[in-house]
Amino acid sequence: MFPVKELKRSALISLWFAFLTFPIMVIKVDPIERIVHWRWDNMFFIAFGSFVLSILAKVFMIQKERRASRKKRKIAAEPLIQRIAREPRFLYPLVVACFAFGVSFPFLFSTYQTNIMTTALMYVVLGLGLNIVVGVAGLLDLGYVAFYAVGAYSYALLNLNFDMGFWAVLPIGGLLAAFLGVILGFPVLRLRGDYLAIVTLGFGEIIRLVLENWNAFSQGPSGIANIPRPGFFGMEMTFAGGITYIYYIVLVLVVITIFVVNRLQNSRLGRAWLALREDEIACQAMGIDKTKTKLIAFSLGAFWAGFVGVLFAAKTTFVNPASFTFLESAIILSIVVLGGMGSIIGVIVGALILILLPEYLRALSEYRMLAFGAILVIMMVFKPEGIISNVRRSYKFKGTNTPEGEIHE
Amino acid sequence: MSDSPTILEVEGLSKYFGGIKAIDNVDLDIRQGEIVALIGPNGAGKTTFFNCLTGIYKPTAGDIKLSDPRNGKSTRLNGKKPNKITEIGMARTFQNIRLFPTMSVLENVMIGRHCRTKSLIFGAITRNKATRIEEAQIIERSYEILKKVGLHRQVNEQARNLSYGAQRRLEIGRALATEPFLLLLDEPAAGMNPKETEALVALIREICAEGHSILLIEHDMKLVMTLSDRIFVMDYGKKIAQGTPVEVRENPAVIKAYLGEDVDA
Repeated sequence: MFPVKELKRSALISLWFAFLTFPIMVIKVDPIERIVHWRWDNMFFIAFGSFVLSILAKVFMIQKERRASRKKRKIAAEPLIQRIAREPRFLYPLVVACFAFGVSFPFLFSTYQTNIMTTALMYVVLGLGLNIVVGVAGLLDLGYVAFYAVGAYSYALLNLNFDMGFWAVLPIGGLLAAFLGVILGFPVLRLRGDYLAIVTLGFGEIIRLVLENWNAFSQGPSGIANIPRPGFFGMEMTFAGGITYIYYIVLVLVVITIFVVNRLQNSRLGRAWLALREDEIACQAMGIDKTKTKLIAFSLGAFWAGFVGVLFAAKTTFVNPASFTFLESAIILSIVVLGGMGSIIGVIVGALILILLPEYLRALSEYRMLAFGAILVIMMVFKPEGIISNVRRSYKFKGTNTPEGEIHE
Repeated sequence: MSDSPTILEVEGLSKYFGGIKAIDNVDLDIRQGEIVALIGPNGAGKTTFFNCLTGIYKPTAGDIKLSDPRNGKSTRLNGKKPNKITEIGMARTFQNIRLFPTMSVLENVMIGRHCRTKSLIFGAITRNKATRIEEAQIIERSYEILKKVGLHRQVNEQARNLSYGAQRRLEIGRALATEPFLLLLDEPAAGMNPKETEALVALIREICAEGHSILLIEHDMKLVMTLSDRIFVMDYGKKIAQGTPVEVRENPAVIKAYLGEDVDA
């Protein structure tokens, strides 16, 4: 059943892996005793493990191909989640259940868990914000973290210099980030794809370098400490209470974001963004103002990042430029791509997986980032369109005999 | 027809790409209600001419004047952005189909309604009454247009899944959704089978009868000769002939451009 050719291939792969990992897995130099340990058993494990894994991957691929060809013969079956998303009678109870779980989370789990969940939810909002720019409007933005930094620093600095409170700064942080989005948007409007990615990447680095080096303004690499947590009508709160409180603020923000993004996607503006992603020239020829549409996408995306930035500063009570490196942008982008470009549910699931998984993989201790990377690679190999791909809205008219399932492949 | 008002007037239009004169001093005019064809061998500059009219290229020299027959307002198009030109009332289709492939058929047409509607962020989020009415009108109007081009049974189909001929018709529908008074069709019959071409001729006639004027680029001579009121012929960026189908067919310069020069031994 399993071809010999594939067995040979797997054997070659395992040999190659054994060779590649030889320096780190087999040789161990003990600098104190001045001797070299040769751990040949490690080499055996690596070779055997990669052999089994490559066979498993191949079997999986073969099965997938078979399933695909079977699917072609029959009618294309829709993924379960998309069917649920389309049917209101399944969707609404599911949404209510998720929301109830979200609300009761701090009571069910420890403060530590709540804190992790808060972080994950913040990334949900960041992902949804970036989703507007990358997923819907198709503008590859690698410097998204810059707007996040603007939000965080606007709270830190406005609080430090003008003693402004969390609630006053929350909208200001969002608006400042959106303003910066417009400023960045103007010069890069002509660019697309790779070129845009490079420019935004540079922009993200500029913001971080300014924060790091302009000591008089941002206190440089040492950052700003003692940022107050959000207040609740001047009430004193315990540490655990404070964390629960921030959790709820973030939860509300998540709900608002989902609501707004959902409405935007199925609006005149959302359609224009999609069209812009698909074909810029046709888009203009159809009377869409490219400049305006792109700028709105950029500034709206930045607005959410600014919002979350303020929350981030309030949650950690400390900001420094090290929190806003390119890695952060990459993680948010991964959330959007992994979850499914343009899909709201996809981005939410993506954010939860990408942020929670490393936390719960702590059991694997030093191998957790390795396992995490492997999961990402496997995901992208087997499901390149993301966990949940975007479903376009379908319309019903009299005399339309298209079955609903045909809008999406 | 000759006493109808002129809606498009092109005078001395030139477009150079470096040393190459893609269009060289071309004049053209279209009167209200006419179907005008622009023909010429490959590389004659027809599509470049279209791109200059619709604002995708900026002409090197010359004047383009578009007059709206509905209110008599005339505008100089040189240097205007493509979306502004569409807003004034001139829409186009593309030679190499440029639909929005992963959007549904209906959504493709709805995009065409963009420049005739207004709602923005606030309307989208609050979904207030004005926005809901506008949205319903967009859907209704788009559906009517799809009926006209014969695609109303596939509203929810992704545009890329349509057949070639259907994609061309969808492009025409999408252009119609912008409410143009002048429609530019760039090789609408390319890649169509004879039956589809026949349906296309009927569709173009219908669109014209509704009061749209049409300028089309086409290689299918049968279609050009049956449809057009007047024909302009280009070769190497220059206009070499103009007139009714009969005049053009007998013009020696046109015959030369298409068939090459007689070589006497």
